[in-house]
Amino acid sequence: MTSLPSETRALHGWGRTAPTVATVITPRNPEEVAAAITSAGPRGIIARGLGRSYGDPAQNAGGTVLDMTGLTAVHSIDADSGRVVVDAGVSLDTLMRRALPFGLWLPVLPGTRQVTIGGAIGADIHGKAHHVVGSFGNHVEAMTLVTADGSVRELTPDGPESELFWATVGGMGLTGVVVRAVLKLHHVETAYFKVDTEQIDNLADLMDRQTRDDEKYAESVSWFDAVTTGEHFGRGILTRANHATLADLTSKQRRDPLKFDAPQLLTVPDVFPPGLLNKLTGKIFSEAWYRKSPTRMGAIQNITQFLHPLDIIGEWNRGYGPHGFLQYQFVVPLERGDVIRTVLERVTAAGHVSALNVLKRFGEGNRAPLSFPKPGWTLCLDIPIGPGLGALCAELDAIVLDAGGRHYLAKESRTTPEAIRRGYPRLDEWRKIRATVDPEGVFASDLARRLELI
Amino acid sequence: MIDAVGNPQSILLLGGTSEIGLAAVEAFAGDRPLRVILAARPSARLDGAKVRLESRGCAVETLDFDALALDTHPEVVEKAFAAGDVDVTIVAFGLLGDNEQSWTDVPTAVELAQVNYTAAVSVGVAVGDKLKAQGHGSLVALSSVAGERARRSNFVYGSTKAGLDAFYTGLTEALRPFGVTVSVVRPGFVHTKMTEGLKAAPLSTTPEAVAEVIVDAVRGKKELVWAPAPLRFVMSALRHVPRPIFRRLPL
Repeated sequence: MTSLPSETRALHGWGRTAPTVATVITPRNPEEVAAAITSAGPRGIIARGLGRSYGDPAQNAGGTVLDMTGLTAVHSIDADSGRVVVDAGVSLDTLMRRALPFGLWLPVLPGTRQVTIGGAIGADIHGKAHHVVGSFGNHVEAMTLVTADGSVRELTPDGPESELFWATVGGMGLTGVVVRAVLKLHHVETAYFKVDTEQIDNLADLMDRQTRDDEKYAESVSWFDAVTTGEHFGRGILTRANHATLADLTSKQRRDPLKFDAPQLLTVPDVFPPGLLNKLTGKIFSEAWYRKSPTRMGAIQNITQFLHPLDIIGEWNRGYGPHGFLQYQFVVPLERGDVIRTVLERVTAAGHVSALNVLKRFGEGNRAPLSFPKPGWTLCLDIPIGPGLGALCAELDAIVLDAGGRHYLAKESRTTPEAIRRGYPRLDEWRKIRATVDPEGVFASDLARRLELI
Repeated sequence: MIDAVGNPQSILLLGGTSEIGLAAVEAFAGDRPLRVILAARPSARLDGAKVRLESRGCAVETLDFDALALDTHPEVVEKAFAAGDVDVTIVAFGLLGDNEQSWTDVPTAVELAQVNYTAAVSVGVAVGDKLKAQGHGSLVALSSVAGERARRSNFVYGSTKAGLDAFYTGLTEALRPFGVTVSVVRPGFVHTKMTEGLKAAPLSTTPEAVAEVIVDAVRGKKELVWAPAPLRFVMSALRHVPRPIFRRLPL
């Protein structure tokens, strides 16, 4: 083993399920990353960022886990070109706070900013703007990857090792450890959004509205209620926005148009019993969330209000109690929008409560063999772990796969190797590329073992 | 790996023809097909068990395992873990024996002690070592309420289970820092081949019911469970009954 300081501890994902024990090392520079990789034991090694993946991709039972949050430098920000050079352990939150004063905006932001650059590449994360800007990998101009033999490679999307570049995008950390990346950010005039909010009282209308004039908006998402049944089944809030220009702001806002207004107001204590989210509380929450957002066009909102309402509350996953929860996210082709209704109906009929339901439309996918987004509808459900959930999800898997859909590896925590093989037809192509840089299988994770990716 | 909803992918059953053990494997396989390793002496019953699990979609491998051949245990365990991680291991082999013969005949008593206690300790150490390196997993040991307080009618069996129970209870603590959960299961009277012809005790149960308790223990990471659950309170009371009264009870 490496001589770097280490500690043995249990790790779990954001869903707080299936913890396993690993030796955790926190390297401070790429040389220490390489040293840890070359001295990894028989159970292998995997990089971990801020632990926001729901399942087990950043766990490695009995092996080594590299805590990448020790690599924290923002090396350079070029205000003209929008090009930034950052260490893999830097969070999206940190990078945004550093880049915004230059009028630069991260084009891809998921539901939380507590994601490292390395994690964003490994999961090829996406945001509400996918239909316009694609996923995170589309904005990486270069990356530095430390591979299994400890060698350092500079990869670009179209360079001599472009295959390895794209296998690393969405590759869940299994091709090597990203230590640094060059990203291309967008120019913005303000840090605000001009938001159109529409309250729509059933699922069919909601999906219909979400399909129309989508091209007019840079960001688009809807939340809906999966508790209410009957004619208002799937009633929801469609929220779409464009970046606000200076002219859109009030004179007060104009004084500091690039103000990054993202406070964290409270941290949830770890005291909640299991079963707190039940049919009753789910109904109350759904009612409140639906009522709080009446239809309103052109409202100016800051990043927290529009993109990251949950980032106000730290450790909100604790609210689900000690048994944890899972997030079920899949994509189905656009013409199979009917699957959204079927899935919701099954969840409701089975008596499970999903409070945070998010529906988006993806645009074109990218070249990465394991990248999740492809043109279609993507639905994301949060469900507390309870009896019968495994069987329900297995049933949903069949519906999703039969419709030509697939699961998101960063959220996945319980499906089968077969489901991944079916959903990702280019898996073998990815495996071949991985085998050329990691023939001995040095990189390993619980997710990789569970889904037989390696 | 055990997934977010508590489903394992692979199970090792030491005592591959145990009715309770097989029922537990079937209960897990009800939610998803498993890779199963059945460790037992070769027999028609073992072949039958393999077929039964394969019909459920499981991939079954059998391993030649003799509880009394203690020196072969490390090798058997090595083979069981050779093809990949084992998520759940169930220690389910054991003998009931005839109590009157067991406490009056030396070879009979020694055999019972060796199978139920010594062999259970032997595989516990070997499996524990593997799980420690693996950094995750669940180990289930079938104890018995008979081990909680010895009765005149089956105290030799009870004494072996008492030893097994104490060992695995300690192993629970020893393996906990390594991400491994050890569950000690204490069934009461279970209707199986082992108890055929015996008079059923109160709160008697079936292999399927015990299997449910095992599945629940693994999913909930419970370290000590009774089957059926109310036995816990019955035994709590019985443990403290003074001996002169205890020996008069119709147990």
